[in-house]
This record gives sequence, C-alpha cells and structure tokens, in this order.
Amino acid sequence: MPTYRELLQQVRGEIDEVDATRARELVDAGEPLVVDVREQDEWDEGHIPGAVHIPRGHLESRIERAAPDPTRPIIVYCSAGNRSAFAAKTLGELGYQDVVSLSGGFTDWKRNGFPVQLQAGLDAQRRARYSRHLLIPEVGEEGQLKLLDSKILLIGAGGLGSPASLYLAAAGVGRIGIVDADVVDESNLQRQIVHSTERLGEPKVDSAKRTIEALNPDVQVVAYKERLTSENIERILADGWDVIVDGADNFPTRYLVNDASIWHGIPVVHGSIYRFEGQVTVFQPGAGPCYRCLFPAPSPPELAPSCAEGGVLGVLPGVIGSLQANEALKLALGIGEPLVGRLLLFDALAAEFSEMKLRRDPDCPVCGEHPTITDYIDYAEFCAGTREPA
Amino acid sequence: MTNVRIPPTLREQTGGEREIAAEGETVRDLLDDLMARFPALRRQLVENDDLAPFVNVYVEGEDVRTLDGLETEVRPGSTIILLPAMAGGIR
Repeated sequence: MPTYRELLQQVRGEIDEVDATRARELVDAGEPLVVDVREQDEWDEGHIPGAVHIPRGHLESRIERAAPDPTRPIIVYCSAGNRSAFAAKTLGELGYQDVVSLSGGFTDWKRNGFPVQLQAGLDAQRRARYSRHLLIPEVGEEGQLKLLDSKILLIGAGGLGSPASLYLAAAGVGRIGIVDADVVDESNLQRQIVHSTERLGEPKVDSAKRTIEALNPDVQVVAYKERLTSENIERILADGWDVIVDGADNFPTRYLVNDASIWHGIPVVHGSIYRFEGQVTVFQPGAGPCYRCLFPAPSPPELAPSCAEGGVLGVLPGVIGSLQANEALKLALGIGEPLVGRLLLFDALAAEFSEMKLRRDPDCPVCGEHPTITDYIDYAEFCAGTREPA
Repeated sequence: MTNVRIPPTLREQTGGEREIAAEGETVRDLLDDLMARFPALRRQLVENDDLAPFVNVYVEGEDVRTLDGLETEVRPGSTIILLPAMAGGIR
C-alpha cells in the first residue's frame, strides 16, 4: 500500500500543473474556470477573484453545475497544490479534458502579489454567532451584514439604554454610540442590567462599554462621557448615526434630540417610562410626526415627576427598552412596520398594550410646513415653564 | 357614563384611581366633570380654556386635536385616554 507521499507523487505525475505566473496569464486571458477546492474558512479568508468555490469533498457532485462544458479549461487550486492535484485527477476521470492544478496553490499566488478577493460575506465564526438570524429569511446573511455595518446612537445608558444596548450589541450592530455623563449608583442596579455591583462609581458609558464588548467583540462602542447639549450634539452626530434610541430622563434632552433629528433626517426610537407604564414610538423625519407634533410643549416641571421622584418597576424599562431595540433593528434592516405615527402604551399592572394614532402637525414649529424654529434654542429655559402662554 | 383612563402621572390628583367614570357628551363635558371632582387635575389638563399643549386626549385611539378638539363627541363605552408628556428614562 503506497504512503500518502508516494500517492501524491504518483498523482502529480499523471496531471498537468502550472505555476502562479502561468496561472495568472491564463486567468487574465479570461478563458479558464478557476475552481477553489479548499474549505469554507480558507475561502473566507481570501481567494482568487472570479473563482468558484467547491470544497474537495463536494467536487464530484457539484462540478457539473459549475462546468457543464467538459472542454472548457479548468484551473483547480487549494492552499499548496496537493489537494488540487487529487482534484485535477478526479476531474480528468470525470471527462474534463483540459485541467491544470496550480502548483504552490493560493499561498504561492499570494506570495507573487497577485490579486486576492476578500470574502464580503460572514466568516465561519460570525456564521455561528448569528446563525439564528441567518435562518430568518427577512434577515439572512445580507441583513446580518447590514447590521454589522449599522451605527446606532443611544441617548442614556440607564433603564432604557441597558436592555436596548445589550440586545443591539448581541444582534451584531457594528457600532453603538452611548451618551451619558453619570456614574453607576446603587439605586440604578434594580433595573439597569448593563451595569453591575462591581461597577459602582464607574462612569456608565465605561461600564456599558465593558459589558457590551464582553458580550460581542464585533461591536465597536463609542463612549461619550458627557451630557447631551446644544453645544456638543453636532459633534456627536457628525460621527454618522443611522438611528437614535432616545432613553433620556428629561424634557430638554428630548426636545433637543427631536430638533436635531429633524435637521439631520435621523429616525428616533422614543421610549419613556413611569412607575408601571411605558410608551414607545418612532419619530421618522418626513414620514411621520415628531415629538413636538405629539407634545408641542413639555409639562411644567412641577407637574412632571421623573422616575427619580416617582419610581419605576424594575422590569418596565426592560420591556420598553427591548421594544426600542426591536424598532431600531427593524429600521436598520429596513423590514417590517416601524411604529411611525403610532404610539404604543404598555401597562404592566394590567399586562395590556394599547395603540394611539399620531399625526403630523402641519403647524409644527420644527417639522411643519412653515418652521419657525430652525436652530437650537435654550432647551432648559424652554422646559422651565417660562414660555409665553399660548 | 364614559370611562376615562388616568395615566400614572395624574393618579396623585385622582386618589390613585386608574380609571374613572365621567359624565358628558363631549370631551369638554367629561373633563369638566373630572375637574369638578378632582380640582388638582385642572392645571394638568387645560390652559386658556383649551387643552394644555403638554397633554393629549385620545378617543378610540385618535388624538382629539385631529378631531373636534374639546368638542369631540364621546359615546358611552368609548375608550378615553389622557396622556401627558412624560420624560422618564434613564435615571
């Protein structure tokens, strides 16, 4: 019985081989079919442009579809020229008349500096990580690549930002920006699951970044350790965001985010919570109403208790923040019916959802037909209740 | 009588009630009835004899501003929801 080496030697004597330079000439002449017989992970790391991929184990069963004409010249290659030698012999036995094996394989091709096409698709590791997405026809590899390429900005790394950031990160959103100036406080941990007891006193953006990167190294986290203001919002938006997830805790920030999103044309996934109830909607500039259409003015401060004053059931931001992540993913993927022009209310005690219709206000001072606000205003003053009575 | 859903931010003013039956044929009547019984609601709902800009009223899921405002008719059994702006999120 011959050894592998002897068999390889014997097979190489029975087939034709070309070196990388000759193969390049043939490829440039455009005539041959180039067949890569390596494994998926090898192919993913780069291959000869225009080659078809048929792993050695599937060669006999799949070559006919790739090369129906047995007279067409074929260059077959692997990484070093051994597997392709056996493949060339097999192709000869199948009746292919003009088959050559690339001696030195793809390794030698690369060493010569010849063109290499990098795989635009997902590598094996990502295919495994996102397999449950790939199984859904509406997402699939194309959708997953979109997510990996998408950029979502979160306002706040608190109650709503915690679940939203975790699910967006797990889903493979390639870049997540987080704006928050606070540090992790003991009273946060009843609901802010992106943080932990050992992070007490740490800036929330740093804590969230560590959790997210541990969950999914595909995600790049851009941390803005600052409070969103009229002064810094243009700089932050200049980093290029596809969707904003608004989990702010105060009216000035809500109106600031709204106005900026209209001027920049960025959809905002809005969520807010209080005690046992929450609301979610999507403000998509041009397609539906904005926050000012819904609430032309904020509640006077003395009439609008915050969660810090009124409390909130720990799981409620989990529900609402997850719904926000759901909307953000739909927007990033371009699928489904986003909550544009619809306000979803959730009542945790009744375990009940209800939906309100929202309409654009043609007289809206920012997104209406004749806008009167075209630049940032003093949002603190606007929300302090000093506005003129209507 | 028509049931009016009271949002959590307004329950302090209504003795904690989540839903209150009110009398009237228009949104204005209903609110007048509610405000007569719970006077603290007035500042939360009206401004210059009109709906305050920071509160929305929905009749069967529709914003009354897109209907007939405070004069929007209501029927017994209609679903009425009061919705003031709420800012809560992160802290």
